[in-house]
Amino acid sequence: MTIEKYLVKKTSLPVLFDKIKASGKVVKAPKKKSHTTDFADVASFSEVTDDYIVTTQSAKSVAFPRVEKLFNYVKSKDGVQITDYALNAIPEVVMWGVRPCDAAGFDPLNAIFTWDINDVIFTTKLKKTTIIGFSCQNADENCFCTSVGGNPGSTQGSDILFTKLSSGDYLAEVISEKGKAIQALAPELFEAAPSEDKEQNLAKVDVKFTKEIIKEKVDKYFESDVWKEQAQRCIGCGTCAFVCPTCACFDIQDENHGKNGHRIRTWDSCCFSQFTLHTSGHNPRPTQDRRWRQRIMHKFSYMPDRINVYGCVGCGRCSRACPVDMNIAEHLTNISKM
Amino acid sequence: MVDVKKKAAELLSSEAVKVIIGYTEGTGGKPRAAFIQNVADVEKLIFNSQCVMNLAVYLTKAEIKKLGKPAIVAPVNVLRAIIQLAFEVQIQESDIVVLGITPDEKLVEFQSFAAIESYLEDFKMELDAKEKETLAKISGMSLEERWAYWTEELSECFKCYACRAACPMCYCHKCAVEQNKPQWIPVAAHQLGNMEWHIMRAMHLAGRCVNCDACHNACPKGINLNFLTKLMLADAQEQLGYTGPTLKEGNLLSTYNPNDQENFIK
Ligand code: SF4
Ligand code: SF4
Ligand code: SF4
Ligand code: SF4
Repeated sequence: MTIEKYLVKKTSLPVLFDKIKASGKVVKAPKKKSHTTDFADVASFSEVTDDYIVTTQSAKSVAFPRVEKLFNYVKSKDGVQITDYALNAIPEVVMWGVRPCDAAGFDPLNAIFTWDINDVIFTTKLKKTTIIGFSCQNADENCFCTSVGGNPGSTQGSDILFTKLSSGDYLAEVISEKGKAIQALAPELFEAAPSEDKEQNLAKVDVKFTKEIIKEKVDKYFESDVWKEQAQRCIGCGTCAFVCPTCACFDIQDENHGKNGHRIRTWDSCCFSQFTLHTSGHNPRPTQDRRWRQRIMHKFSYMPDRINVYGCVGCGRCSRACPVDMNIAEHLTNISKM
Repeated sequence: MVDVKKKAAELLSSEAVKVIIGYTEGTGGKPRAAFIQNVADVEKLIFNSQCVMNLAVYLTKAEIKKLGKPAIVAPVNVLRAIIQLAFEVQIQESDIVVLGITPDEKLVEFQSFAAIESYLEDFKMELDAKEKETLAKISGMSLEERWAYWTEELSECFKCYACRAACPMCYCHKCAVEQNKPQWIPVAAHQLGNMEWHIMRAMHLAGRCVNCDACHNACPKGINLNFLTKLMLADAQEQLGYTGPTLKEGNLLSTYNPNDQENFIK
């Protein structure tokens, strides 16, 4: 559908929020927790914060949580009885307050989860998720969405995108059928489109490089020493992958309790030293520089080659969360100049 | 900083060491670790009150060892870790050069680990008033309240293991959480998995933790996991008069003396 534009008054926003809650949908929104600001279930609009550049973790958990129980099983003499994932029990979820970079992250994630087989748990969850985006008025030194094809007011991935105008009221762009369904909950709040220009109300994020240049360089410099130099201070944790909106790697585990059990998937990261460790003891990525190279190559070479989408939306979360200040934008900028 | 830089340059140009592990300016003016291999880059070394990352974590990393013999810029936190690592036979005196640094950026040279040990006698590893206050709050809770407190605090953990990766004492090539024959700790970051992971880690740090807060500072979720180890430190201080790592006493909770009293066993 073509994007429809409306004005939603500042005072209408909480009303819309309440209508969504009243419709029975689960609403998750950025909330100040004791140590971080993250998406969480919110009881009322007063719990929602708008004081964040981006949340610490991405919005991906709505469709790809850190622990997902895939099925239950019971073992007996007659074999194994499996109880499948209850797909019809997946609730309708509204993600409120998603930044444009985060919304764009669902594309690469979806491409991975539908690449060879359709991961029905992920895709059903995503189908039942409505994304209410909020454009960025503020950016920090870690943001680089404009270098990887996004921008602080991009509608990509959102169902409705709100942009705060100078009056404090909002431009509402209704982008999809899911967005229309939200609008239909309170059509009276969506008034005639404002005349004010959207662009002047967006954060300025300088272009540092292009994703195509990064691809060209990393394909050429696979054997370069640059990976060693860049990865020196990397201590090989899972932080960057876990906060990233597009990282999709997981581990499969069976948790047994006697004859009962369940199979789960849990987040994994290519930066862990055990990630590619073979049972033979051989590890094709034995050192941290190889693992750092994998992280960058996967996002900027393998993903565009195989599934036609880049694996980085420039949110800068990995840089903010990294315990040793492995600033990805700085590293990519240096690669772009090689 | 002048004398530290001068010494670093000397060490590199005489090839006494191959790399200086220190702090340099990172994103937004905040410090980050630096591995300086050329004399010209020595100028990039910085030191200020924000330099809290425990650089000793790099002394046991294979990738860093491959760079050759290091000199390490070492405030008190790093010095304590060096002594504990030395006791655990993870580093030898001949492996490293230690460039001690005071809060006002003065160089302190050490000829031996024993010299570091005696220097540290002036910096007893004690909990400050604020830490004690938080500990008193936690210890004052009822069993149920305390369980609820830790369950809630640790529910945020997504098992990225940044705490472990940043800890100079977590140098095991295969951590107990990665043991899978049998598997001791559930891999998943659910309540049981998180609780077991943190209790296990705290136990493995008992009497070894140098109270540098590297784990907490590394945690992207800001979890107060450092208070698990601080609780043990408080007990060790109160009951055993423990004031930090030494070369002789070693691991507080895994040493014994035949003359130890046993009258508490009933
Ligand atoms: S790699 Fe970093 S900047 Fe890129 S999408 Fe992931 S978290 Fe964001
Ligand atoms: S960058 Fe690493 S953790 Fe992220 S999806 Fe790619 S291989 Fe997986
Ligand atoms: S880049 Fe940072 S967050 Fe990622 S594995 Fe390395 S130390 Fe951890
Ligand atoms: S750094 Fe924080 S989130 Fe990561 S494993 Fe440790 S406590 Fe959990």
